[in-house]
Amino acid sequence: MANTEKNSYTLLFAIGMVVVVGSVLASLFGGLNGQIKENQKKEKKQNILFAMGITKATLTKNADDANSPIDANEADAIFSKYVGDNQYIIEGSKATKTNKAFDVDVKKEGQKAKEAGYTRKLPLYIGTVDGKKSYVVPLYGKGLWDAIWGYVALEEDLKTVKGAFFDHKGETPGLGANIKESFFYEDFEGESIYSGDEFKGITVAKGNNDPTNLRKGDNKVDAIAGATITGDGVTAMIKSDLKMYVPYFETVKAN
Amino acid sequence: MAEVAEKQVKQKEPLFSKKNKGLMTDPLFDNNPITIQVLGICSALAITAQLKASIVMALAVMFVLAMGNVVISLMRNIIPSKIRIIVQLVVVATLVIIVDLVLKAFAYELSKQLSVFVGLIITNCIIMGRFEAFALGNGPWKSFLDGIGNAAGYGLILIIVGFFRELLGSGTLLGFKILGDPIEKTGLYAIGYENNGFMLLAPMALITVGIIIWIQRSRNQSLIES
Repeated sequence: MANTEKNSYTLLFAIGMVVVVGSVLASLFGGLNGQIKENQKKEKKQNILFAMGITKATLTKNADDANSPIDANEADAIFSKYVGDNQYIIEGSKATKTNKAFDVDVKKEGQKAKEAGYTRKLPLYIGTVDGKKSYVVPLYGKGLWDAIWGYVALEEDLKTVKGAFFDHKGETPGLGANIKESFFYEDFEGESIYSGDEFKGITVAKGNNDPTNLRKGDNKVDAIAGATITGDGVTAMIKSDLKMYVPYFETVKAN
Repeated sequence: MAEVAEKQVKQKEPLFSKKNKGLMTDPLFDNNPITIQVLGICSALAITAQLKASIVMALAVMFVLAMGNVVISLMRNIIPSKIRIIVQLVVVATLVIIVDLVLKAFAYELSKQLSVFVGLIITNCIIMGRFEAFALGNGPWKSFLDGIGNAAGYGLILIIVGFFRELLGSGTLLGFKILGDPIEKTGLYAIGYENNGFMLLAPMALITVGIIIWIQRSRNQSLIES
């Protein structure tokens, strides 16, 4: 047995351990990555549908299920029923219909957009529910600890929010993590992103004095106590990401 | 030569000798990691609002602890003592990443629910405690049993707490409506029973664990510290 106290042995042991552990994890990740990606795609479909109001309750007709997304194994079928090919990539005020819109990584596009001369690809999903169109816009931003993201569905007038979905990577449980909860995202329903003709977004406001959100035209929803920075992140993400779609929305409204 | 071999066979313990069984059953009751050693409390409070999450957490910890104990035990003679804590951490972290990847691939919904807590297994003091106190000084089979036993003791408390919190807090078990429907007012709810929302919050988990500790110590007075 080698002398396990020697420095050279310790160093060799550490190197060997890292190589073994690294290769085991890399090969496992390689093997499972396809399945994980598939799950994430289904989740994305669930979330887009959720924002436009297609929840488990739509299928089961049971009001209890209104706050649950549809089942993951049904996501593909239901997504193609309500959205299908109505996916667009927006560049400026132009829209291109393409199935690739679903694969656009909003986070990566945001990073690429920092380079000069790059026109950001903006995915837009148009769902048809009960004969009415709803425009679903993906959002991506920063919370207190890590990334937050979400989807906002707009009514046909392109002003009123139909529904919203938010999620986060690591916000504080019980505080910032509550952006996922129904009491928060429900406040967005019916809220306007315009004030008159001017794009305002929606502010997650403290001291809003409107806890049940009766004033739908004020561009404000009630903040979560103790989650100021997460709330500000939601505000910023809605303002910046939704604003990029405004030129396109204007041309749709003009026609 | 033959005699020596025979002697060795005689000295070898049967796989489930009394001592080995003790390794598995002691941590369940009289040396329970949560109620006696008071380790691993954080996850016991955080994830026990639902029975399902408790069971999965118990299984994940059992896998990590049993496998980790075996790995550490097999390497106990070649681990340089200067970096043994780092080696232990690497072993736990590797196993936890394996659990995390497998959950993400085959139980995605569950992995979202457990999300940060799977990562927290790495810092579960029970695991580092068993590596340091047991696996570094014992053979792989005993270490395996010790890992299963301690994880089972931990899981038992998690499942008990999860059972009461889900039953009294949501009126369900594993998602099934046991006590009737609170909105339709059927079952117990028809006679005015209400779910106790407080059960879903972490403080009630602490109180539930406290009650378990109280019951255990009043049944077995020798566990009470003087």
